[in-house]
Amino acid sequence: MIFNMSATILRASATRSALRAAASSAPKRAGLAGASFVRGKATLPDLPYDYGALEPAISGQIMELHHSKHHNTYVTSYNNFSEQMASAQSAQDIAAQIALQPLINFHGGGHVNHSLFWENLAPKSQGGGEPPSGQLSKKIDESFGSLEEFQKKMNAALAGIQGSGWAWLVQDTQTGNIGIKTYANQDAVVGQFRPILGIDAWEHAYYLQYQNRKAEYFSAIWDIINWKTAEKRLK
Amino acid sequence: MSYTLPPLPYAYDALEPAISAQIMTLHHSKHHQTYVNNLNAALAAQATATSANDVPAAVANLQAIKFNGGGHINHSLFWQNLSPPGSNSATSAANLGKAIAAAWGSQDAFQDAFSKTLLGLQGSGWGWLVKHTVTGQLSIVTTKDQDPVAADEVPIFGVDMWEHAYYLQYLNSKPDYVKNIWTVINWKVAEERFNGGRGDAFKVLRAQLS
Repeated sequence: MIFNMSATILRASATRSALRAAASSAPKRAGLAGASFVRGKATLPDLPYDYGALEPAISGQIMELHHSKHHNTYVTSYNNFSEQMASAQSAQDIAAQIALQPLINFHGGGHVNHSLFWENLAPKSQGGGEPPSGQLSKKIDESFGSLEEFQKKMNAALAGIQGSGWAWLVQDTQTGNIGIKTYANQDAVVGQFRPILGIDAWEHAYYLQYQNRKAEYFSAIWDIINWKTAEKRLK
Repeated sequence: MSYTLPPLPYAYDALEPAISAQIMTLHHSKHHQTYVNNLNAALAAQATATSANDVPAAVANLQAIKFNGGGHINHSLFWQNLSPPGSNSATSAANLGKAIAAAWGSQDAFQDAFSKTLLGLQGSGWGWLVKHTVTGQLSIVTTKDQDPVAADEVPIFGVDMWEHAYYLQYLNSKPDYVKNIWTVINWKVAEERFNGGRGDAFKVLRAQLS
């Protein structure tokens, strides 16, 4: 199965169409739909595998909470603050727009990051942990010496995050080179860099299973990395 | 000289049901201990860099001191400003209580405002009631990750909003942790800190040097 960001975006517009279709077949709701849903809504993407499918690297309990609670809260909060942003824009209230920006950044980032994360993981039965090939493998060898060296560097970056955040293998859109970058909280990989592979270093991503032994989580996660997805993100 | 882990002023299970013994054990004996270890290592590295006149190394090391030193400071303050449920209620803070009522209107209004601030934190961090050293006025502030309160603020009490502070017991139900933390705030210690200065608040750190 191939899941990528465009699938998530398509899902959002499909939901919007469905809402419009429902509205047009029920005339009394048409006005509401026209006003409230014209921008479309983000929706929680389905996981491309079962909650328990990433065990033993990540427990089913963690996956269920992480997806159905944490990710879902980012989605609903992003939609909520996006609506407020739309109102502030139409009222030309610049101060309100500025105040809302960190909330859009945080919750929108949380939605984008988790959507990418689920897709760059896979159970062993679906290819999780199988090493990269082709162009990505070549770039990793050129930049880091070997896949093993890259994983060591990525784990060191993950361990060095102070507080909540993510580590990413990114591609510089200017040079095409790949590198490791960490991002605080839910800051998303946007702008100069393209996300290739992300690992969530928030405590909620591992604490129920690993507690303070986060190095064990960073070591285990390589068994369920979906390198096929990572390869498709590389340009 | 190096820092050591301060003992808790109560048993690991003494804050139940607000905070489970499992959380307290891990939080104190693992997380706080790691900040202490890493702080001592960072201070040793700083001494080496300074004696070698290696300014780039000294500057590169500063963030490690800030993060791990902050972790040690914040947790040391936190353990002291908690106590078993009902043991040191808000009525034990006469002067502070008056100042809170003057600033927020009532104790309830203050707790609502503080709780909202805690729940608005993005990522890891802390919520604090502080007294400004210049004006003597109170305010609610947040610090990110392990940043300590600013140099012109006296920490009255802090609440740890890192997920490791509540996740094993509350999972994603962060509002319940915030609601229950009020049952274990040590208002006697808060009153002492309010009546004193920064040096008084941080005396617990000096006591852990060996």
